[in-house]
Amino acid sequence: MAQPKVVLVACGTAVATSTVVAHAIEEAMAERGIPVVIRQCKATEVRSLAEDADIVVATTPVPDDLGKPTFKGLPFLTGIGKSQVLDDIEKALRG
Amino acid sequence: MAVDFRSILSPQAMCLGISAQSSDEVIRLLGERLIALGKVKADYPDALIARESTMPTGLPLGTINVAVPHSDPVHVVAPAIGLATLKEPVSFASMDDPEEKLPVRVVIALALTDKDAQIEMLQAVARFIQNPGALAALAKARTPEEAFSAFPT
Repeated sequence: MAQPKVVLVACGTAVATSTVVAHAIEEAMAERGIPVVIRQCKATEVRSLAEDADIVVATTPVPDDLGKPTFKGLPFLTGIGKSQVLDDIEKALRG
Repeated sequence: MAVDFRSILSPQAMCLGISAQSSDEVIRLLGERLIALGKVKADYPDALIARESTMPTGLPLGTINVAVPHSDPVHVVAPAIGLATLKEPVSFASMDDPEEKLPVRVVIALALTDKDAQIEMLQAVARFIQNPGALAALAKARTPEEAFSAFPT
């Protein structure tokens, strides 16, 4: 059994939108047979926490030099482009 | 799984078909309603407005855009939702790109105390805004009854 991948989910206050995104990713990756550990943080904490994560998903703009694959969280709120971003996340986690 | 919106969405916290000049005006209106209901503290509207200026909450949905202003739980007394629909859109910045201004016609102010306790409420809001038919029905609602019936049960 592979070690679960760590997904860092960031939003403004780490209380509302990142919670929706985190649950959606957890569910979708479980369906695809990829064990993940989700960590939530505020956008301001992304830089310090990204190091221990495999990928970053953020509903707010985050720096593009985090050194980790970074994905938009907005599709999980709007539904627009959600399956595409899930495919991209799956690819990054399997890679 | 489905959350009954009636339990968290009070008719007193709805401002339907209103006219407002700015996002700040809508937030203050909803904030005052939630304060009057005892759901949030006096500094909640200011906290929302401050947050919008740095980390905005406009969601680009296509036809009817939504904003979901919310604050840190420290400003909240009990979980609640304030709901405003606008005759003419007001401008909110996009969550994804604060430089981008979105015309918003539905504002859902979230008062949250605990992310895990309110996940069902948050998921219900997310499902709702991803339902264009329900959103269009809500935007047209002029009474709380019409608004309630827009929410899928």
